[in-house]
Amino acid sequence: MGAGLDEKAQQIMMPRDWSSTTSGLILIAALLIGWQILFVIVGPMAMTGPLETFRNLGQLLMTDTFRGHLEETSLAFFFALAIAVLAGFAIGFLLGVHRFSSEVVEPILVAFYSIPKVTLYPMILLAFGLGLPAKIAFGAIHGVVPVAIFTLSAVRNINPILLKTARVLRLRLWKVVGSVLLPAALPEIFTGIRIGFSLTLIGTILGEMFGSQRGLGYLLMTAIGLQNIQLIMAVTLLIVLFAATVSVLLIAIDDRLHRRMS
Amino acid sequence: MSRATSYRLLLVAASVLLLECLCRAGVIDHLTMQPPSEMARDLVVLLASGSMNRAMLKTLTNVVIAAALAVAFGIAFAVAIHGYRAARQGLEPLFATYYAIPVYAFYPMFIILFGLGDLPQILIGFMLAVVAVIVSTLNGLDRVSRVLMKTARIYRFGSVKTALTITLLSAAPYLLTGVKLAVAYAFIGVIGAEFIMSRTGIGYEISFAYNNFDNKIMYPLILLILIVSVAVNSALSQWEQVLMRRRSKS
Repeated sequence: MGAGLDEKAQQIMMPRDWSSTTSGLILIAALLIGWQILFVIVGPMAMTGPLETFRNLGQLLMTDTFRGHLEETSLAFFFALAIAVLAGFAIGFLLGVHRFSSEVVEPILVAFYSIPKVTLYPMILLAFGLGLPAKIAFGAIHGVVPVAIFTLSAVRNINPILLKTARVLRLRLWKVVGSVLLPAALPEIFTGIRIGFSLTLIGTILGEMFGSQRGLGYLLMTAIGLQNIQLIMAVTLLIVLFAATVSVLLIAIDDRLHRRMS
Repeated sequence: MSRATSYRLLLVAASVLLLECLCRAGVIDHLTMQPPSEMARDLVVLLASGSMNRAMLKTLTNVVIAAALAVAFGIAFAVAIHGYRAARQGLEPLFATYYAIPVYAFYPMFIILFGLGDLPQILIGFMLAVVAVIVSTLNGLDRVSRVLMKTARIYRFGSVKTALTITLLSAAPYLLTGVKLAVAYAFIGVIGAEFIMSRTGIGYEISFAYNNFDNKIMYPLILLILIVSVAVNSALSQWEQVLMRRRSKS
């Protein structure tokens, strides 16, 4: 056993750490190569290769019907995310300011986070009916919990010295909230929004898979029935590309916010 | 029981009671949702009748398979790459963005590839669970204190003995976090997949009951899933906290 020796050996082999851009590019290349290899193994009957899938996606994006579905999903996602962020922030903030109520409610939020929310979908459909509102509601209930949990713990665990300073300076309540509480809690709140973003996306698309006649989720469901693997892979690729790109951007902002605080 | 816990129970009880009153008063009409008391009664009847046993067994089996595979593979993979900085740096962006990707989007593809059997559901559960296990195992291995590793070296322990008597034990609370997440994610993955499209399982039964407007089956099953997932999660959380406390003491 020579953990120390191993580390030294690695430092000699790798004088500098890779930048995150480099490792990201290597990862993308590795994934594309893996996909191509898998495609060669299972054959064109079962799936489409990377090149063809990108070409299919490009062609799909040119058609009006597909753009209609895309717009529907984007609209639903936008509203769901707005609701999730605003409601999550409001819940988390109000509870976080009051320590005892946050202790009472936080485990409930965590428990809600861990249940398979798909099973609640019939209730959402019964309450909202088929269509856009149901998708928005379903996306929002996925995203609201992480935003609330992160906001709650950020506001509750704020450095007490900051609040004492605010009291010594005799700041008014709105000043305390605006120039002490929010700036200090912002990095953690942003992490919650980042996680809320991905869960809202999942929720919205899941919502479209059942009670809907439009949107990307609906396209995926109909494509299963038609055994249309080209369509499935192109739509999946679009969703994954969108989720990964936005997530990388959000992580970069997240890191910057956290570094500025420390 | 702490004051917060009793208030929490009170809050939950009050919400259920409110829902009961709203349903009984007709604010929420009976076709939309029956009162919670009826759901509970229907659930008991349903469980006693045994008609859901096969579906429950199927779901449970698939969840256990998916979670077990994710835990075994995740821990093995994390232990394997833990020492290699290049591998960890290369995989870092994958771990960071992984949960942003809607895994369910792959489900249609899996159905076409593997047919409508158990495999697509297990695969979705596994995919959701495995990265959480890897990340928490790596986190745990990083936190094994250097003194313990040095002690192992002084006693000239082999790598297997070090892993079994020191590394994995010291990382145990973090491994358990991984297991807890794996169970929760496998549950979400399998039931979600069953709900989207499948032939058996509780998720399928719920969507079947929904399509037939059979509230007497749908709501009790939703209730069952809520109870089971919350119970399993809180049991694992309790155990996790016990381990964490023991670790910080020693």
